[in-house]
Amino acid sequence: MVQVNDINIKMGGEAGQGVESSGAGFVRALAKGGLYIYGLQDYQSRIRGGHNFYQIRASEHPISSFSSNLQMLMAFDNETISEHAHELVEGGAIIFDEGLKFNRADVDEGKVKMIPAPLKKIAKEVAGDDIMANTAALGVLAGITGYEIGFMEDVIRRNFKRKGEAIVNANLAVVQRGYAFGAENHAADYQWKLQPMPNPKQRMVLTAHQAFCMGAVAAGCRFNSAYPMTPGTTIIEWMTAHAGKYDILTKQTEDELSAILMAIGAAHAGVRALTNTSGGGFDLMTEALGLAGMTETPIVIVEAQRGGPSTGLPTKTEQPDLEPVIHAGHGEFPRLVMAPGNVLEAFHAGYRSFNLAEKYQMPCIVLTDMMLSTTQETIEPEDMDFSQVKVERGEFVSKEQLDAMTEEWTYLRHAVTPSGVSPRAVPGHPKAVYITTGDEHDERGYITEDPPTRVAQMDKRMRKMEGARQEIAKPTLHGPEDADLTLIGWGSTYGAMKMATDMLNAEGIKTNLFHYVDLWPFPAIETEALFAKAKHTIVIEQNFTGQLARLIRVETGCVPNGKILRYDGHPFSQEDVVAAVKKEVNING
Amino acid sequence: MADTLVRPTTGQGIMMVNKVDIKMYQSPEKSTWCPGCGDFGILAALKQALVGLGLAPHDALVVSGIGCGSKLPHYLRVNAFNSIHGRALAVATGIKLANHNLKVIAVTGDGDGYGIGGNHLIHTMRRNPDITHVVENNQVYGLTKGQYSPTSEHGYLSSTSPDGSIEVAVNPIALGMAMGASFIARGFSSDPKHLAQMIMLAVQHKGYSLVDVLQPCITYNHVNSNEWYKERVYKIDAENPDYDPTDRNAAWQKAQEWGTRIPMGVIYADPSRPTYEDQVPLLQRGSLLDLSERAMHSDYDYESLKAEYM
Repeated sequence: MVQVNDINIKMGGEAGQGVESSGAGFVRALAKGGLYIYGLQDYQSRIRGGHNFYQIRASEHPISSFSSNLQMLMAFDNETISEHAHELVEGGAIIFDEGLKFNRADVDEGKVKMIPAPLKKIAKEVAGDDIMANTAALGVLAGITGYEIGFMEDVIRRNFKRKGEAIVNANLAVVQRGYAFGAENHAADYQWKLQPMPNPKQRMVLTAHQAFCMGAVAAGCRFNSAYPMTPGTTIIEWMTAHAGKYDILTKQTEDELSAILMAIGAAHAGVRALTNTSGGGFDLMTEALGLAGMTETPIVIVEAQRGGPSTGLPTKTEQPDLEPVIHAGHGEFPRLVMAPGNVLEAFHAGYRSFNLAEKYQMPCIVLTDMMLSTTQETIEPEDMDFSQVKVERGEFVSKEQLDAMTEEWTYLRHAVTPSGVSPRAVPGHPKAVYITTGDEHDERGYITEDPPTRVAQMDKRMRKMEGARQEIAKPTLHGPEDADLTLIGWGSTYGAMKMATDMLNAEGIKTNLFHYVDLWPFPAIETEALFAKAKHTIVIEQNFTGQLARLIRVETGCVPNGKILRYDGHPFSQEDVVAAVKKEVNING
Repeated sequence: MADTLVRPTTGQGIMMVNKVDIKMYQSPEKSTWCPGCGDFGILAALKQALVGLGLAPHDALVVSGIGCGSKLPHYLRVNAFNSIHGRALAVATGIKLANHNLKVIAVTGDGDGYGIGGNHLIHTMRRNPDITHVVENNQVYGLTKGQYSPTSEHGYLSSTSPDGSIEVAVNPIALGMAMGASFIARGFSSDPKHLAQMIMLAVQHKGYSLVDVLQPCITYNHVNSNEWYKERVYKIDAENPDYDPTDRNAAWQKAQEWGTRIPMGVIYADPSRPTYEDQVPLLQRGSLLDLSERAMHSDYDYESLKAEYM
């Protein structure tokens, strides 16, 4: 039975073999044909060698997760076969170079179709060099699945344009030869086909980090300091790549301490400032996080989580830093924490984080992770609506107000107000000469140890959380209100949990999903309301101890019925969630 | 040096005339320093220098770390950010990059600047932002009550080095030269007039300028007392009128002088080195603050970003 436009393809190989560029090229060709794409990447912490893969899911319908069931494996090395051949479904196929040596015992050849292809030979014959073998492989893939070669050719023209016409033409010839090989020899008995949609709609395919940066830059963020650390680095790389067009200043620093402190300096001077890191770098930032809290300096920190503790799993995904970022730093100070779960939520977090940070004059931590930093999702371009990006800077004393002030008037940087928010003034105006300090201070910013002043300042800083609490994004509910099962999650598990919720409902298990983006201040009222109605709650997260489950318990007293926890470095697929939920429910009766 | 002078500044594109008076720098706060502390001389010199340069309190921004000396900006009415221990230079760099119209001055102690802040120090030196760094160097940790510091001499006795410090002292002058600091001077808190001159030259220098200031800690450092310094310091200008601080070899030799004779003055200067800000093309079009305010009020073309992903 032929199945059109519903396929999962995994490309694997060593670092340096072009897995990423092949995957990205194929994703683009499919997106150009109007298909929805979900692209998952997995790589190791090394520059050459190791095992890396790029998993592409394509569909005519919106998709927010990868699937554990593969229909096609493209193996650039033998490890791809030994690691992933078992993921292929009945009738699935493996494309590999005819010269590749691998263990035949790794493959169930009764179930899986073997496609040895003359990839290197084609590349060598056409271009005189086997470097274009992966272009040949993409041709074979398109030939077998019957995808229109024109889309592949367009991608080649676009991707190799910079390298000159000769390279473009050589790649075109290679992809055509590969295509012919696949179409002529293996298309007839392969059941999964790819077809461009009629009048294909052009959609965006991008990562959450890219979307976050777009939201941030549209909100006026113009300063980004960072020390390189996977998987946070793609933020400053994006900002640097777009610095010329949008007048952004990016600064690579000597360490993460400097990264956050430069951001604090820039924010103090009046510029919207961002820093990005991962868990280990965030540890170094914690002292300065308290400084931002104490001096009421609004900064945004992207903390892209990876497997911990210590160096942990540098290139693998995990959600181990929720409680750390909520509690990081000595002493008590207000902060915001949000954890977007997909590309669009990341776009909204891009501007929301700056608006909330400035309105409430506190640091805002945006938690992402390895998976969000590399996974490509398809969105409708109209859903990324720049016209809805509003710059809300909160209370400022304007230049005009300052100009009008008399000599007797003294600007109070840390004025005690009912909301706790003290209007800011950008340093540089003669009427707003002030000091601020990480020491406890009075309304003017001068150091004090006077108990009533200390209490007034502490109260005012913490009072800002009440305003912020009103403004945070409330958790969302997906699925029927009166479900028997309620899945609870936060951040990057959203996509897989959402599709799993739909799958469970399709199987007759009435399920809904409660998803958190903003986590601090904690949306306690909404959580309590959910638990008052929910019949059976299961928290799903990627850490060992169940940090969200504990947070819910601490903040509301509500105790989830079950927990599904994963900390092996790999993200949940939709099937993983479904299977784990079924197991959990059976165990708990 | 005149206490009062009139000078033009440009602000927001409008020419203004500021009358700068030392009284403008008068803080309402009373200092917590010990009577006789070298910090008083440094505070006086800094005020003199700012007035001498015709800078009003809103033209400058003083960033400090933590320690006795880092309380200095509280005793000076000026834009200020009293940050955390060791980190003043990082905050100062962020401020300078965001608004290079501000004269940014970092004030730290020796533990603060040369010890815990060592990484920021060496990278700020090689980065060369237009920041003046005044180090109140009393060769001891004062605020924590008398432990040995990075500039304490080998053998220095303290509560944490009862048998004498085993480490050799940091030589900030040589360190600065090695790391690419483009201006290095030394002053003495008991000669605030000379120190004010050093600070003025440092602020006028385009690039990272280090002013290492010798000062007694009258409470905890009983070796390097006011008298100890007075017997040793000499002014390079007075003794070697031909001394050329742009001569790197001569400066390297001068940097090694310590012990019986300690040179004061501008020891090294490389006025040819461009600042960090000068090498950022974006900042040639104005301050990042102005550009960012425009970003928040006018339309950049964000829609075209979408095409990158289609």
